[in-house]
Amino acid sequence: MYTETEIIKDTTNLGPEGELVVNMGPQHPATHGVLHLVVTLNGETIKKIEPHLGYIHRSIEKMCESLTYRQFIYVTSRMDYLSSHINNTACALLVEKGMQIEVPERAKVVRTILNELTRIASHELWIGAMAMDLGAFTPFFYAFREREMITDIMEDTCGARLTMNYIVPGGLMYDIHPEFQTKVKAFIQQFKEKVTEYEDLVTGNIIFQSRTKGVGVLTAEDAISYGCTGPVARASGVRCDMRKIAPYDAYDRVEFEEVIETAGDSFARYIVRVKEMNQSIRIIEQLIDNIPEGEFVGKTKNVLKLAKGEFYQRVETARGELGVYIVSEGATTPYRIKFRSPGFSNLSVLNHIAKGSKIGDLMASMGTLDLVIPDIDR
Amino acid sequence: MLSLESITKTTQDWLLAKFDPTIALAIECVIIILLCITLFAVLGLVLVLLERKVAARIQIRLGPNRVGPGGIFQTAADTLKLIMKEGLTPDKADKFLFNLAPFVVMMVAMLLLAPIAFAKNFQIWDINIGVLYISSISSLSVIGILMAGWASNNKYSLLGAMRSGAQIVSYELSAGFAVLTIVVLTGSLQISDIVASQENGWWLFKGHIPVMIAFVLYIIAVTAETNRAPFDLAEAESELTAGFHTEYSGMKFALFFLAEYINIFIVCAIGATLFLGGWMPLHIGHWESFNHVMDYIPSSIWFMGKTFFLIFVIMWFRWTFPRLRVDQLLNLEWKYLLPISLFNLLLVTVIAIMGWHF
Repeated sequence: MYTETEIIKDTTNLGPEGELVVNMGPQHPATHGVLHLVVTLNGETIKKIEPHLGYIHRSIEKMCESLTYRQFIYVTSRMDYLSSHINNTACALLVEKGMQIEVPERAKVVRTILNELTRIASHELWIGAMAMDLGAFTPFFYAFREREMITDIMEDTCGARLTMNYIVPGGLMYDIHPEFQTKVKAFIQQFKEKVTEYEDLVTGNIIFQSRTKGVGVLTAEDAISYGCTGPVARASGVRCDMRKIAPYDAYDRVEFEEVIETAGDSFARYIVRVKEMNQSIRIIEQLIDNIPEGEFVGKTKNVLKLAKGEFYQRVETARGELGVYIVSEGATTPYRIKFRSPGFSNLSVLNHIAKGSKIGDLMASMGTLDLVIPDIDR
Repeated sequence: MLSLESITKTTQDWLLAKFDPTIALAIECVIIILLCITLFAVLGLVLVLLERKVAARIQIRLGPNRVGPGGIFQTAADTLKLIMKEGLTPDKADKFLFNLAPFVVMMVAMLLLAPIAFAKNFQIWDINIGVLYISSISSLSVIGILMAGWASNNKYSLLGAMRSGAQIVSYELSAGFAVLTIVVLTGSLQISDIVASQENGWWLFKGHIPVMIAFVLYIIAVTAETNRAPFDLAEAESELTAGFHTEYSGMKFALFFLAEYINIFIVCAIGATLFLGGWMPLHIGHWESFNHVMDYIPSSIWFMGKTFFLIFVIMWFRWTFPRLRVDQLLNLEWKYLLPISLFNLLLVTVIAIMGWHF
């Protein structure tokens, strides 16, 4: 037995009790990025997992301190690159709150639609990637077929497919594309038709169910004490949807349900995300025909200056609660900025839920945590 | 006239007329070896391309379509690439075993070709214990995999090899019992006898319930034995990067890859021989004219058609199912498949003793 503080200097040899120490990552097919897990194994059974971070640390928070309030939003697209619209929204909302900028209704509604489309795209990619972690390749392509339509809509709207930089303090950078509404409606129709296909392929599959049910169980208490948010916490029965708790943009005027499961295992996390996609579709359906006419960006000063003080804004990304905290000295750049990223807290729970299970279960647990490494490392 | 049977017969007659019998036999051996190697290369190219095309079809993609019309030369180009690549040997690997392992795996696959009847009277070696020979040789492939995993000096390889060992040893049992079902009904271990017994109907369609159960068990067991998804734990890309062949590159990797596909071909060929009548054409009861038309299709086409159908089924599995976990894999064998196959064997033995089969 070794204590928590002991540093393992040589991971190539067997551990003190003859355990095998395997370095999974930074290059590994299932870590989806440059996550480095030092896994201590006893045969196939996992004894301990130590995540090592820092391989994609770009010091985004430090960079933001030297960028103005208009500029720093662009960097946040590179954090959780699968929900860049939502990251941008969080920053824009904070600046708007700090400067009391009035956002036009049109911008609010479009932002909400884009945020939900982003959420669907992110969950689609996740379903494909997780099925791949469990050894099924085909759902990936099915999920990407629908995701492709969303990225096309994004490309029409803001010219980018991944790092959007479309949402600015005060509203939107440009007005929406003339065909935005038709394309979104076409997507909704295709999604409703096709979503059953890969649900049949994955959800009902007996091997998939036996791989995920009862695997990586996270209790509600643990979810709260580790600071888990988003689908991970909601699968354990914790209410934590920022869109319900602290509605922003147009979320206060749409009807949707916060998806809650109580099992807390990998399958529950899967179900939560699938149901969330349907709720997102519901939100988009309510808004897409009711985009108000008018300005797409509110009146702002040329140089943005936040008043002296501390500001905090939280939003719900596809992975959980993203918090942006800014300490301002009244200058054009933030004095200190801190992002509370959902992935970091969700990753911290990995050792807790995967300890004692098999290597295959680690992939199921890690896959359903939906980790995006640049979000964790920033 | 142009059947494979007559070609072999003409060749043999010609050789015997020209040379004395010992030299004729030696020349025949050389021809057979060359044919086997050619078959290997061709099967490797065809099956890899087939797999990629099947996968593409299932995954709403096009698959390879750049090299040659419809991408048919894609695998040839890939082979060329693999030949030109450097075959790395890790510094701390057991070099002798590391380099030997791919050849062991390959050799086992080659040996298994011997008793397979490719067409009517077209067989390398009609040994009287054919089925026993196949079962015993096919269990040797695990040695090559364990060798590769151990000699690589890589933890992923070792884990993959250990998984593979447990898996192949377990599933060998179910496959063996499934094969025994047919042996009990036929009363012979010889491949030609087994094929001949299916002249009036293939075993699968004769209506024996134990044979149907055995067929399903056989397909599941051989999928596991050849380390194919959903039982590809030895490779388990998302868990062990590439499992037992993580450290292999270039042609040494290609040999493992080729052996995997040849093994699929062989188990499917055996499955087709035992359950689907081998090279026997489809005959339906007293439909004389229908049976007559079927007889005109060459026996080699019947054999290949059935084999490739089974190969397609196994590929279909791979692109549909997620992978099992290692304990679930062993549970499936020891708690479900093995008891079922034992009971199935008992059932078929009773049927055979009482003479209820036909």
